[in-house]
Amino acid sequence: MPTISGTKLKLTWLQIVIHIFGWLPLAWLLHEYFAGRLSVNPIQDIEQRLGHIAVYFLIASLACTPLFTLTGWREPLKRRRALGLYCFMYASLHVLTFTGLDYGFNLQLIGGIVLKKPYAIVGLATFILLLPLAVTSFRWWMKKLGRKWTNLHRLVYLAGVLDILHYAWAKKGNLFTLSGDILQPLLWGLLLLLLLALRIPPVRRWASGLKQKFPKAA
Amino acid sequence: MERKLKHVTVPSSEITPYSVYLSRRDFLKAAGIVSAAAFLAACGLKLPSTTEANPGSVTQTPTQNSPAPDDAQGQTTDELGNPLNTFDQITNYNNYYEFSTSKEAVNPLSVNFKSTPWAVEVGGLVQNPKTYSLEDLLKFKQKERIYRLRCVEAWSMVIPWTGFELGDLLNEVQPMTSAKFVHFVTLMDKTRMPGEGDPLYPWPYSEGLRLDEAMQRLTIIATGLYGQPLPNSDGAPLRLVVPWKYGFKSIKAIVKIELTDKQPETMWNTISPREYGFYSNVNPQVDHPRWSQASERRIGELSRRPTLMFNGYAEEVASLYTGMDLRANY
Repeated sequence: MPTISGTKLKLTWLQIVIHIFGWLPLAWLLHEYFAGRLSVNPIQDIEQRLGHIAVYFLIASLACTPLFTLTGWREPLKRRRALGLYCFMYASLHVLTFTGLDYGFNLQLIGGIVLKKPYAIVGLATFILLLPLAVTSFRWWMKKLGRKWTNLHRLVYLAGVLDILHYAWAKKGNLFTLSGDILQPLLWGLLLLLLLALRIPPVRRWASGLKQKFPKAA
Repeated sequence: MERKLKHVTVPSSEITPYSVYLSRRDFLKAAGIVSAAAFLAACGLKLPSTTEANPGSVTQTPTQNSPAPDDAQGQTTDELGNPLNTFDQITNYNNYYEFSTSKEAVNPLSVNFKSTPWAVEVGGLVQNPKTYSLEDLLKFKQKERIYRLRCVEAWSMVIPWTGFELGDLLNEVQPMTSAKFVHFVTLMDKTRMPGEGDPLYPWPYSEGLRLDEAMQRLTIIATGLYGQPLPNSDGAPLRLVVPWKYGFKSIKAIVKIELTDKQPETMWNTISPREYGFYSNVNPQVDHPRWSQASERRIGELSRRPTLMFNGYAEEVASLYTGMDLRANY
């Protein structure tokens, strides 16, 4: 059970950093908006920035396990939930901006996009995948679901891949012929693949062996 | 010297506010034209005819309510009543990948671009090939046109261009009977256009039109904006403007215009042929594989507006495509 009722609420420096970085992008975006520093197409700006931030948190949450593998540092494993929930928060704001601010909740227009356009289909799929993960991210669910919880939360790998596709397909370029405006999604995609590869058991064993060779790397 | 000065980037504080620009226009107008009737005449009488178009008929005859007057001075809206976008909006939100893929980075990155001297080579299947200097091109009758610009990314603006009809230039070089298409090429110079160093694009930027599209009188080579020389971020010193097509067809900083008998290759079509067709007419019914084109956001407005067939220029241009399947020829 969470012990918030306890008198001591000790935060590690990693937690402090994560929570600062969790709220900073939102504060920054609001600041830019009210300072009139967004582009002349502010709604699209807000929409895209929220999307980018969600990608960063998703990648960060997927980096925790490989970080442990490589360094033996256990604390990041405990911070996956916070990073995942920040990802979900920004993804929700992103979806809300798209449906509300951008399309004024016009279901006809939204339907014409979300059901037809590959970028929107994978975007929606990503969000739908994240939803149960966010809901079941608390300890009570973890205990209740047991092993199923672990399997359920492996969906985040799929969410990561779909998220990068969503990112790439929303831009003017072609990820498969490597032409056009795809450099950013390509780089994030490669990082994601690296993080996923470090989970494959033989790779993982090899990677965790590295820290014995360089014991001070941790 | 004067030209050089004109092209120096002006801090936004010194840019004539639109109301002042208009009142200056009003003053100039008042100097020569007294009554409202005379104003209408000024808009209409220079043109072949002022008769109203019959509803439903396709006509090229301009009226005072035409999207293609020779002189749109004093107008604060396009012919559909849409207000103009501001100079700031038009010059700070540009898809101009020769400088940057970020629309907001184009303006700062293009500030020092020198667009003079400039030469445009006009050749290919023409009787009188010629290399024109910018000064030569400014001798073609300069007209003021207020056009809607619809980006394929589903945003749009209303822009007061100055420029000449491409048809005037083509008539001078005289296309051969074998000429069917017009091919346009942008300046290729990585040292002046840093974006051209990006290896993910088949530089230089190039675009194309069918000859009859190029001769349509809505098609202009813009040399100015809001009564000033064309700003660097919008394609200085001269660019194509084809208002019924998605914005990427309106190629910027043109150095070469070539008449051909084959459909020319264009940059976006080379990158992704399924998405960026040769025609790329604004069409809310033909869906772009990537984005829906049913609606658009007018820059400066909060809610979306429906996208119009041929960007609202159907009456003028639909006849160019009679009998064509616009789904196949997207």
